[in-house]
Amino acid sequence: MSFAAETRTLVERLAGDCFGQCAAGEQVTLSLSAEEQAYLRFNASRVRQATDVRQRELGMQFQSGGRRVDLGLSLSGDFESDARALRSLLARAREEVRVLPEDPFLVPMENRGASEMHHPGRLLATQEAIRVFTEATEGTGFTGLFASGPMLRASCNSLGQSHWFATESFFIDYSLYTVNEAGENKAVKECYAGNDWSEAHFLAGFRAARERLGLLRKPSRSLPPGGYRAYLAPAAARDLAGMMGWGALSYSAWQRGLSAFAQLKEGTAQLSPQLSLRENFALGLTPRFNALGEMAPMELALIERGELRNLLVGARSAKEYGVPSNGAEENPFVGEAPRSAELAGGELDEARVLAQLGSGVYLGNLHYLNWSDRHSARVTGMTRYACFWVEGGEIVAPMRDLRFDESLYRALGTNLVALTRETHVMPETGTYFCRNLGGMKVPGMLIDDFRFTL
Amino acid sequence: MTTLRFSPEVADFDPQRALAQVRGMADWAAVRYHCETGQQRAARDGKPDVNRIEQSRGAMLEAMLEGQIAYAGTSDLSPAGIERAMARAVGAARAAGRRKLFGFGDAQRPRAQGRYASPRRQGPEGASLGELSDLLLEASRRLKVSARIVSTEAAATLTEVESRYVSSNGAEIEQQFLYVTSNFAATARDGGEAQRRTMNGEVARCLQGGLEVFDREALLAGCERVGREAAELLEAIDCPSGARDLILQPDQMYLQIHESIGHPLELDRILGDERNYAGWSFVRPQDFGTLQYGSRLMNVTFDPGVPGEFASYAFDDCGNRAAREYLIRDGVLLRGLGSLESQARLGQPGVANFRAASWNRAPIDRMANINLEPGASSLAEMIAQTRCGIVMHANRSWSIDDYRNKFQFGCEYGQLIEEGRLTRVVKNPNYRGVTTPFWNSLRAVGRREEFQLFGSPFCGKGEPSQVIRVGHASPPCLFGGVEVFGGGK
Repeated sequence: MSFAAETRTLVERLAGDCFGQCAAGEQVTLSLSAEEQAYLRFNASRVRQATDVRQRELGMQFQSGGRRVDLGLSLSGDFESDARALRSLLARAREEVRVLPEDPFLVPMENRGASEMHHPGRLLATQEAIRVFTEATEGTGFTGLFASGPMLRASCNSLGQSHWFATESFFIDYSLYTVNEAGENKAVKECYAGNDWSEAHFLAGFRAARERLGLLRKPSRSLPPGGYRAYLAPAAARDLAGMMGWGALSYSAWQRGLSAFAQLKEGTAQLSPQLSLRENFALGLTPRFNALGEMAPMELALIERGELRNLLVGARSAKEYGVPSNGAEENPFVGEAPRSAELAGGELDEARVLAQLGSGVYLGNLHYLNWSDRHSARVTGMTRYACFWVEGGEIVAPMRDLRFDESLYRALGTNLVALTRETHVMPETGTYFCRNLGGMKVPGMLIDDFRFTL
Repeated sequence: MTTLRFSPEVADFDPQRALAQVRGMADWAAVRYHCETGQQRAARDGKPDVNRIEQSRGAMLEAMLEGQIAYAGTSDLSPAGIERAMARAVGAARAAGRRKLFGFGDAQRPRAQGRYASPRRQGPEGASLGELSDLLLEASRRLKVSARIVSTEAAATLTEVESRYVSSNGAEIEQQFLYVTSNFAATARDGGEAQRRTMNGEVARCLQGGLEVFDREALLAGCERVGREAAELLEAIDCPSGARDLILQPDQMYLQIHESIGHPLELDRILGDERNYAGWSFVRPQDFGTLQYGSRLMNVTFDPGVPGEFASYAFDDCGNRAAREYLIRDGVLLRGLGSLESQARLGQPGVANFRAASWNRAPIDRMANINLEPGASSLAEMIAQTRCGIVMHANRSWSIDDYRNKFQFGCEYGQLIEEGRLTRVVKNPNYRGVTTPFWNSLRAVGRREEFQLFGSPFCGKGEPSQVIRVGHASPPCLFGGVEVFGGGK
């Protein structure tokens, strides 16, 4: 039996046992995050670390008497011992609700229906992956991470709700290295992800990246701090636009004075009419249901032609602030955040990016972004990897990394010149705790007077 | 009384028995059992917000075949589950061995034996859930000092970790950790302006120990101060721009140390392991013993033995016994943060810092406690000697390049210094600089009495990624001529 099928059978049996233990007035939601992954870490086309992980983490939300407790444990895979552990969690939850105060914003459980989504894949075996990545990349400094295997998410509750999401997928996130004529390290970054592995597809991307590496062999140009016309390639655009996921579009963050888009919400600042952002679960990158089993709409406009249309609202925020929920996931650090955002493309043909940039900087990637003044939606970060100085529509030289410090109200507002017509899916490659789902679809961005400070 | 002790009914696991079962499957084998029980308790605006308890429990199997080590993590601790995991580790080691980066041996997996336990006076078994819940509710009320405070948060986490590591060449280590973190925050708002103040920053209040770290009366008084300062920031002028002398309080120093000393000294970064994710380092192997990293006042240690500091331990996760070492002495770079594996690859001395976040991650080079040792100046003396300066408190923003050179930090609360006196409070205080020129501008280091322990539970690094606990202790420090600036679009 496959890992996914074995896990589903186990969790459905556990849910039956657990829900059967619920007394009158008690309700339980179980949420699952499980994976069987091969993680292969490479440095200089050699294997640095190979780690195989098989994990099933089960969360339990228990409600009784207007109180709520969240619990969680690692499942062993053995029904009898996991059922015993789950019953001891129930006992603990009952003990806690006798002590804890009533929760005024408790979201009563509902049966939010049933759903199933399964994206089967054709994946590469570990041994074969090692062969492909070490042999084909020899001499390029190939360094990165290959992750591959099934991932599951589920939410079911004692009122009958049952949502399941499973995907078998992979990514190889890597960079290639050279030393330029001035003795500086230079690199390009690439990522190939999907459900069906294709060696030909990987090799095509790898060869293109190796060609770009050639452009980095010239000595770097040092640019003084100041404002430059800048083109942000899709990976860089994803990082800048991704800051909107750090609380800017969260309803609860706005209510609590923590949203970077408070001025946009309140109409005292604007974004460019070229900018339209929506949640689009049709990308198939992540389940539509959240941990409570709420189904988000397949599409939700967040920003339309520069105007805020919707903030993301989870069920608890909805209860607290008396607004309708739109099925958002609530993140303890940033409030509600997009899970599958799509930034609409514009009119600029990708083939004409350098010509339209004229003189300025071409930024392949950014690094380590953070709010420098959240209230002003101001973001600081660094340039990274393949970034170039461009003159007269031609690449002149690689550039030394610069720090930028710029407000989204300028970069994606008054100074946004154009977005590319083509948009690209950037799948999530985060692997904290487990392999993350989701991603973002973005165009490239041409921005005037992008401010560099160091 | 309902205590904070949480022990779900799970089957016992004996790492030695598991090792005995699988040791013959590889040239060398190890089992690292990790059981982490964490509680998050939080109140917001005087109401309960989060009550969460989670236990993550599993084992990491390690197999070495012809010098290649591979790992397999599993939450299935049954004999069959352990055997399956070991078979996967062996398979990966065999496959990777033909294309290995470096051949390892017993020298990188020492035969160490010992125990460690966090200091604690009031563990979860003696702490009342009701009392902690009441304290957080009361703290979130006290933070709301006026109608302009629109949101308050009081949160605590209590985490117990049991780690047991055994290997086929005789390592046997047991470590029991108890961690406490807390955050107390108030957000003030007036019209379009919002300002947030916390007690030492959102994540910095991190210690090893029990519930004794919460002194109820001092904590509640501190919450009132935090609330007042949040409201005060609404009235404050923006931080001026220009070069000024800068005093960083320990609750900002900790992150300055972390980002611009800790990370660049990690040997795995210098070796390029991290260059696809966290980044490389400006430090080169030949810099050890020669680079004037900072002024002569700068003394930095790797010190896993500070009682109560967040990342204290006795052994790292390959069984290397941890000991205090100077990384930088009198401003000169001496030693990097590298495990036995990195030391062998680079031919440089290091420290015991091969650490894994949990049972599902392989160990990598990490910081532990990285501390700036106290000096001879008091904070009052530093202020008195400053003509045009600023004091910054509590981190709120951080960013640094992938070589760890160009940094920018923002703090919650600033106070201008004019002619040796603290004058006005400023909002949105930020500063930026470049690592070694910045540390070479270090003009005064505070005394032992002003040395404070902070840390972070969220140091992110690695592929696959992992967050780990780090501790950083420092007194206040004075830096000359730093570029500071404020907020706005």
